[in-house]
Amino acid sequence: MSLSTHRPLPTELADVQDQMEEHAKNYGLDFFRTIFEVLDYEELSMFAAYGGFPTRYPHWRYGAQYDELMKGYSYGLQKIYEMVINTDPCYAYLLSCNSLTDQKLVIAHVYGHCDFFKNNAWFAHTNRKMLDQMANHAARIRRYIDRVGHEKVEEFIDACLSLEDLIDMHAPHIQRTASRNKTLVPKELKSGTAEAGSNDEAAGAEFNEEEPHATKFETKNYLDPFINPRAAMKAEEEELRHKAEESRSRKSFPEEPQRDVLQFLLEHAPLQPWQHDVLSIIRDEAYYFAPQGQTKIMNEGWASFWHSTIMTHHGVTDADIIDYADHHSGTMATSKNRLNPYKLGIELLKDIEDRWNKGKFGAEWDDCDDAKAKMKWDRQLGLGRAKIFEVRRIHNDVTFIDNFLTPEFCVRQNLFQYRFNSETDYYEIASREFAAIKQQLLDSLTNHGRPFIYVVDGNYRNRGELFLTHRYQGVELKQDYARDTLVNLEKLWGRPVHIETMVDEKSTIISYDGLHHESKVKSAA
Amino acid sequence: MARSIDQDLARFKEIVRGKVRQQLRKYISNGEMIGRKGRELVSIPVPNIDIPHFRHGPKGSGGAGQGDGEIGQPIGKGDGDEDGPGKAGDQPGGHVREVEVTLDELADMLGKELELPNIIPKGKDTLSADKDKYNSIHHSGPESLRHFKRTYKNALRRMIASQDYNPLKPVIIPTREDQLYRGSKSVSVPRANAAIIYMMDVSGSMTDDQKEIVRTESFWIDTWLQSQYDGIHTRYIIHDAAAREVDEDTFYHTRESGGTRISSAYEVAWKIISTEYPVADWNIYCFQFSDGDNWGEDNKACVRMLSEDLIPHCNLFCYGQVESPYGSGDYLRELRKIGNKFENLVLSEIPNKDAIYNSIKTFLGKGK
Repeated sequence: MSLSTHRPLPTELADVQDQMEEHAKNYGLDFFRTIFEVLDYEELSMFAAYGGFPTRYPHWRYGAQYDELMKGYSYGLQKIYEMVINTDPCYAYLLSCNSLTDQKLVIAHVYGHCDFFKNNAWFAHTNRKMLDQMANHAARIRRYIDRVGHEKVEEFIDACLSLEDLIDMHAPHIQRTASRNKTLVPKELKSGTAEAGSNDEAAGAEFNEEEPHATKFETKNYLDPFINPRAAMKAEEEELRHKAEESRSRKSFPEEPQRDVLQFLLEHAPLQPWQHDVLSIIRDEAYYFAPQGQTKIMNEGWASFWHSTIMTHHGVTDADIIDYADHHSGTMATSKNRLNPYKLGIELLKDIEDRWNKGKFGAEWDDCDDAKAKMKWDRQLGLGRAKIFEVRRIHNDVTFIDNFLTPEFCVRQNLFQYRFNSETDYYEIASREFAAIKQQLLDSLTNHGRPFIYVVDGNYRNRGELFLTHRYQGVELKQDYARDTLVNLEKLWGRPVHIETMVDEKSTIISYDGLHHESKVKSAA
Repeated sequence: MARSIDQDLARFKEIVRGKVRQQLRKYISNGEMIGRKGRELVSIPVPNIDIPHFRHGPKGSGGAGQGDGEIGQPIGKGDGDEDGPGKAGDQPGGHVREVEVTLDELADMLGKELELPNIIPKGKDTLSADKDKYNSIHHSGPESLRHFKRTYKNALRRMIASQDYNPLKPVIIPTREDQLYRGSKSVSVPRANAAIIYMMDVSGSMTDDQKEIVRTESFWIDTWLQSQYDGIHTRYIIHDAAAREVDEDTFYHTRESGGTRISSAYEVAWKIISTEYPVADWNIYCFQFSDGDNWGEDNKACVRMLSEDLIPHCNLFCYGQVESPYGSGDYLRELRKIGNKFENLVLSEIPNKDAIYNSIKTFLGKGK
């Protein structure tokens, strides 16, 4: 399938591709079939604006992104060399005006990404046929636009996008509590059983569910009174009944705070069918892109590690070397107020390879206090390559930093932690301590450094109002944003919405009832 | 292949236009100045173009960085939308977008919003200017135009290829063939020129609020006229009982006391026009702002100077009267008497900031 006006890859690039693929395979990289296409900058910007999927539904934010990319390029501020998407087969787009040296580097880089997409655990549950899925989404949204009008659909999409990051990043990988599954499943289950014509059974099952039963262990008859003492059974039954009654009378739901706010809205918000579908589309796409955000440092580090390895060992000729060095160092440039994920990733991977090659890990290494011995440490284990392959399989950015960032590495890389000083209104270098840097990095990577928001109650004050809570971790919400987000949330929920958060170090509830904002400091009670 | 991105882009621009238009109105009436970046660019923040999310504020936030620096050294200004590191990846967008608008675009929007007619300038072919554009690279040229980086890159490339380069002793010596120079080309551009003369009453009865109005209004007037002419000269005159020419900064910040004699300003203006801006080549614009509280006997002299000297020689003479708690506002009435006689005399009353919008429209709506 071709996505753009298809041009066959020029022979010289096809040759480069064959070479690079060969090298990548020899190093043990494992990837889906990769299809390269050459695009001019306008086309590449367009693809990038659509997050790599030119078949996406119409929305102005893609236009905004496109505009920014094009302007950045024409003012000479930025340039995209390549773009690759997580699908099977993998599609990679190259910029047509790249020099041949650039193309070599970029193609080697792409194979690193492709290997990462295929093998990293966090991508295991992503849809590899996302191109088709996106096109399908676009078709559905276009249908709604035809049916209810552009303006209306767009406004609704805007409101949904405001909430798009309120998803449960780990949901694809684990089973949440049974109770949540129950809320998830019933619609399908019930219609299923109804079709089978066994209404009674379903009713019976429901009845059984309501009646609490104490745990009864299986045993021989004569032992029963001892294994399952009557009094204890009764007490347990009583307790269960009490609990059930309490939850019934409480009238609030969900039982546990829920991370996946979008899921909650899909289940409980009074949406029209088309709105329901649009919201589910946005949720699907958010889940698809989530792992890319979770593994930015690793993914870029891994791809850079391989372009660097392949290029310096095989790809570069004397004629290329300057352009290669220029390009590579440009990609690795560091800045004071933003960590370069390419740089951090590649350096950390190199460090891990080196440590495992020399055996600089484990109890013996940790217990050694002799700096000189540590400097010369070399157990000649040669485990480095195997180790980094393992790392790329199982880690995401958070666990990557958590497990492998070392004090020596921080010193070598000149890392520091900075904090906002509200007195001077400046970000200032706060510390060069290992613990502080690591904590800061982990904080800003966990949940992408975004606030943790939960649904606590969908029937707040027993008036069907929605109550969210922000798990405060030392950083307050941006007030104006929070208010505007509430406005969008109210559009979906249709009843007043509230969020509990910290404002000026006081627990506060910010509310929006469709007309007015209100914020109340929560009383100590 | 019709590209869907073009539709999305058009849609986005429509929204921005809409947003900027509303903002523009707000800017005009709130008197917020828009920063000029460099010579051409202005950046207008468009608040709601970014979709709001629950986000962390700057307070108590921080991040990790890389590089030298002492503890306590500032590395960036707050209130940016710094999300911290590691954010770059998951999706495009997600940061506050400042729509960059050039002054030309801004003027264009202003023109559309206020439905201003384009000005047909006079004397457009009489002046032309040569402009040098440095946009090519040559193998020869004066040393002062040598392109340092390209020359050395060339030299390094040659040395590596010929194996002369020793990484342990990295010395690069460019030879004659490595040298590259910037080259220029002269372009001749025809120019139409305009002179803007601002006059402001700085007598005791003008308060800071009124000056703010004048300042905002003149920013938009400048912006518009700059879009219409290639070369603009701006002159400033302040007056109370006596008048003098001042620079821009003084114009906006001077506060004097004393009486008001408007004719003194007219004298200075006429002197500037008659000596420096020959009417045949220049499009002349006069904007006068006052609270209308003139010294009674002076009115006659003023009207005479206007009708004999200033108005016949100007494209446009605009008088804007700001309302002041002290001023009587007589002067406007005086001018209304002769208002019908001259097509290019424009009068406008600006009681408050919200009236700036209409006042600009009145002033520039004639297409002169």
